[in-house]
Amino acid sequence: MTRNVSITLQNTDDARPIIEAIEQDNPDAVVHHYPSMVKIDSPGQLTVRQSTVEEKLGRDWDVQELHLSIISLSGNVDEEDEYFTLSWQ
Amino acid sequence: MSVATKARKLGLKQRYALMTRGLGWETTYQPMDTVFPYDTYEGIKIHDWDAWEDPFRLTMDAYWKYQSEKERKLYAVIDSFAQNNGHLGITDARYVNAIKLFLTGVSPLEYQAHRGFAHAGRHFRGVGPRIACQMQSIDELRHAQTQVHAMSHYNKYFDGFHDKTHMHDRVWYLSVPKSFFDDAMTAGPFEFLTAISFSFEYVLTNLLFVPFMSGAAYNGDMATVTFGFSAQSDEARHMTLGLEVIKFMLEQDEGNTPIVQRWMDKWFWRGYRLLALVAMMMDYMLPKRIMSWQEAWEMYFEEAGGALFEDLSRYGIRPPKYHEVAAKEKDRISHEAWGIFYNYTHAAAFHTWLPNEDEMAWLSAKYPKTFDKIYRPRYEQWAKMKAEGKRFYNNTLPQLCTTCQIPMGFTEPDDPTTICFRSSEYRGERYHFCSDGCKDIFDYEPEKYIQSWLPVHQIYQGNCGGAELGQVLDWYHINQGADNLDYDGSPDQQLWDKWMSDRKKAAS
Repeated sequence: MTRNVSITLQNTDDARPIIEAIEQDNPDAVVHHYPSMVKIDSPGQLTVRQSTVEEKLGRDWDVQELHLSIISLSGNVDEEDEYFTLSWQ
Repeated sequence: MSVATKARKLGLKQRYALMTRGLGWETTYQPMDTVFPYDTYEGIKIHDWDAWEDPFRLTMDAYWKYQSEKERKLYAVIDSFAQNNGHLGITDARYVNAIKLFLTGVSPLEYQAHRGFAHAGRHFRGVGPRIACQMQSIDELRHAQTQVHAMSHYNKYFDGFHDKTHMHDRVWYLSVPKSFFDDAMTAGPFEFLTAISFSFEYVLTNLLFVPFMSGAAYNGDMATVTFGFSAQSDEARHMTLGLEVIKFMLEQDEGNTPIVQRWMDKWFWRGYRLLALVAMMMDYMLPKRIMSWQEAWEMYFEEAGGALFEDLSRYGIRPPKYHEVAAKEKDRISHEAWGIFYNYTHAAAFHTWLPNEDEMAWLSAKYPKTFDKIYRPRYEQWAKMKAEGKRFYNNTLPQLCTTCQIPMGFTEPDDPTTICFRSSEYRGERYHFCSDGCKDIFDYEPEKYIQSWLPVHQIYQGNCGGAELGQVLDWYHINQGADNLDYDGSPDQQLWDKWMSDRKKAAS
């Protein structure tokens, strides 16, 4: 059985383009809406891609800006200049 | 001919390597073992400190940049909340009591975490963990400060917010969080990190800072949700480090596995017991609710924690001992904890109440197996007694569990109608526990826990202001008749009802 990884982001103007990018790049991801926050579960792996977020935002976006919007996560983290990935091996 | 080329920007990995590893050195005036005397005695063997990985690869310059941005956003909201009388926008003043418990029970832990990480960071000879601890120490100080600032607005209007540090050190139920952290702080640096970074941050704080904060938003408390999520944005990093420290220990030496497993067992249970307070905050203290304690437990421990422990099984790690007991208790712990506080509301610095009909209907729906059978009749009986002018107070001081320090009100894993008692004898004295989990913890380190400052024992020994309840409450700095007793009839309620009736008048 593939376990879910998960990321929870604030429901803010800063985070919405990130949420949209995650939805686009991770077709298996399921988005749950709660008051003031959004929890996204994805089987086995989830990637936040810099290029997709930049496309949504219309400006340069440093992957580390994720720190401003993230609330919680579940999974092993791999972060590089171009992406941020959560996974269970 | 030379062509001026643009200096190539360093990649994340290179920046991280240069700006963390490049900052450490081997000491020469004194041997490393003398400079770092505490990182070996716990039995954890580290062969290569450089194998430590910070997955976020955050360097100090980036850290300051993002943290200052978080602070600017947070303080804009806190100011705006205060300027615009944000307290008038909450659903109901009963809610404020959850915030009182937060300020007196949780915020002082943030400060302790600040001290704990400063200490642990100083005592790791590896530069990777040292920098991670330094950042976390600063984060935790920020959390303590921003929580006090945000909640200071409520202190202008509501009772029970006036002396958090004093209360944290003395009040009976606050010894539950206080003793939890004292236990962690007096352990070695690796156990401290397992306790706080892993068990607390990774496995358990999600339950306080995520669904409860979403609930704060749902109840109109803009200040709390903002500090909560601002803090939690740091916690996401702390959680990652918590998992990293575990993997680091497990990968360094096979001999570390049983030590780590024992710490996980211990700190899972310690943290889980502490969360009884959060369980009742979610099920009873939020006038509008988004999810029950049981649902939160299933989402954050059983699902997320389950995935985590499955991932760790490749190192020979199994889920923490007694997690199956926690699963059996998930539909009762919040009700049992709220019952204890209802019994002792005269001795608490926040108000309690009986759930109203709508709230009981919600609790029945969320807890179909237990609520109507066990807890509803109890509340109906207490409501009847109150209506007859005989409001039930428990006037006997409770027996406390020597480990978690919670009054002995939890029930047998397989029988929710029988109180669970366990005990151990050590050097001719008998010690009492609420559970097998708490008994095991004591039995492994009795010399540590026989020193516990148990509030009830201290009262009986005459160390808490006197023999009368009123004297003890004075010693706690509880303002009697205002901070304690039922919400019903309290100054908080009178003030809130007046605001609400003024609002109706203004609208008509």
